[in-house]
Amino acid sequence: MAETMKLLSKGAEAHLYLGEFLGYRAVFKRRIRKPYRDSKFDRKIRIKRTLNEARLLNAAAMAGINVPALFDINLNTTTIVLEFIDGILLKDYIMNAGTENSLRILYEVGLIVGRLHRSGIIHGDLTTSNMILSSSSGRIYLIDFGLGEKSWELENRGVDLHLLLRALESTHYDIAEMGFKEVLRGYSDVMGINEALKVRSKIDEIRSRGRYVVKRIRH
Amino acid sequence: MEKEIIVLGIESTAHTFGCGIASSKNKILTNVKSVYKPQRGGIHPREASQHHQKVAPFIVKRALDNVGMDIREIDAVAVALGPGLGPCLRVGATVARAISVHYNKPLIPVNHCVAHIEIGRAITGLVDPLVVYVSGGNTIISAFAGGRYRVFGETLDIALGNCLDTFARETGIAPPYIVEGYHVVDYWAERGKEIIDLPYVVKGQDVSYSGLLTAALRLYSEDPKKLPDICLSFREHAYNMIVEVAERALAHTGKRELLLTGGVAASPVLREKLKIMCADHNATFRSVPLEYAGDNGAMIAWTGLLTYLNGVVIPVEKSFIKQRWRLDEVDIPWRKQ
Repeated sequence: MAETMKLLSKGAEAHLYLGEFLGYRAVFKRRIRKPYRDSKFDRKIRIKRTLNEARLLNAAAMAGINVPALFDINLNTTTIVLEFIDGILLKDYIMNAGTENSLRILYEVGLIVGRLHRSGIIHGDLTTSNMILSSSSGRIYLIDFGLGEKSWELENRGVDLHLLLRALESTHYDIAEMGFKEVLRGYSDVMGINEALKVRSKIDEIRSRGRYVVKRIRH
Repeated sequence: MEKEIIVLGIESTAHTFGCGIASSKNKILTNVKSVYKPQRGGIHPREASQHHQKVAPFIVKRALDNVGMDIREIDAVAVALGPGLGPCLRVGATVARAISVHYNKPLIPVNHCVAHIEIGRAITGLVDPLVVYVSGGNTIISAFAGGRYRVFGETLDIALGNCLDTFARETGIAPPYIVEGYHVVDYWAERGKEIIDLPYVVKGQDVSYSGLLTAALRLYSEDPKKLPDICLSFREHAYNMIVEVAERALAHTGKRELLLTGGVAASPVLREKLKIMCADHNATFRSVPLEYAGDNGAMIAWTGLLTYLNGVVIPVEKSFIKQRWRLDEVDIPWRKQ
């Protein structure tokens, strides 16, 4: 099936093909076998991630968050079929958009993460490579929920946002600090200032557990 | 002809006291080290630092003897000011400051993690690799961007090497940690058959090893007879996690090369997994030979040389050790964007 379709991209864990599903343009995301892993081990992980992604995509859609619609799932081939979103990765947008536009878009990212967390969903891999700016609606779509989970815990929310901070620092280092402030401002506008402050200090705490941090927080 | 610049480098961040000499003409001239081996338990910082104090003068002298030089002939002295264990760092820093003051040589600050990357590039010939640096104290995935080595992934708690060693120690299969050239966990894993489910914790581009360690130790306490299977499961989980995040970082950064360094680079199993993963992405894989993958003085000398040639020196009175000096805080002026 997938072999006859157009290969869109080869990610780290999945191949994306562009095809059709019941008349809609669709992306077939197939998690591929990793030859460096034992085959049973490999299969277990691929099935777990595929199921997880399908569940969370549905949960996010129900919560009114922009995600591609889930059309189908096939555990034999560890493939999910998704609505095709035409647009560019937020990573590429930010690299070319200039500081002002980037900060505005990161505020919106903050709103989205806030809505996600308010609905009990942890994304698990919040990077600007996992967000698509739709060219038709101008809205941000979240993708790649394979590492996510359902949780209401502050710890998990903190880890989620910490990942985003790390992604900004490594990929958008020139605007990372300002950009993350905007993310938190958006987050705060959804979750309320109290939750935002709590998660902010959680992020600091998570950072302080790392190997080399400038200051450790005393508890 | 340009004048040859000679830099002597000192490493003492953890269990190794090393002294190397690098030259602007011939890269590495010599690499001498002495490794503190605890009789039992892990590295005790005070005991390690006492070891370093004892061996320091002899290691420095042997390095100079190896290249037939007098200490007055070197152009500068470099030292790893961090990151690492405080008491250990202080020994290297004290020796380097003494040389600097007594012989009137410029003192060059070197970040230990940067040094691992630079010696790896110099020896493997890779130009712009994604770096997987795994050792007893570090688990970092890094690549060069915007004038610095950015951190694309790292452990959220303990380092891979620490995880493996602690498991080996707690189960009583180590010391010695190395058996017939293999880490003792790899050695036992070869005798395992079945992979048991353990925590596999990948968070975005980061990993977490503490849950895996605890779960593996619990399994062992429940049924010590299963040691081979537990070792196999433990190391498969541990290695697959780091290979997966390396693969993510490779896809994310679009780099075409991967450099494996740090003490855990000695593991043939980890090397093989990374090699297979790189082949999938048409990336060149190179592993740093063990002499230069583990902590050593040559990497400090070499990185010190690059630093010195770019005009960076530190006044002795400001040469504080930095136990938590992060890799991504250091400017890398010798690399172009």
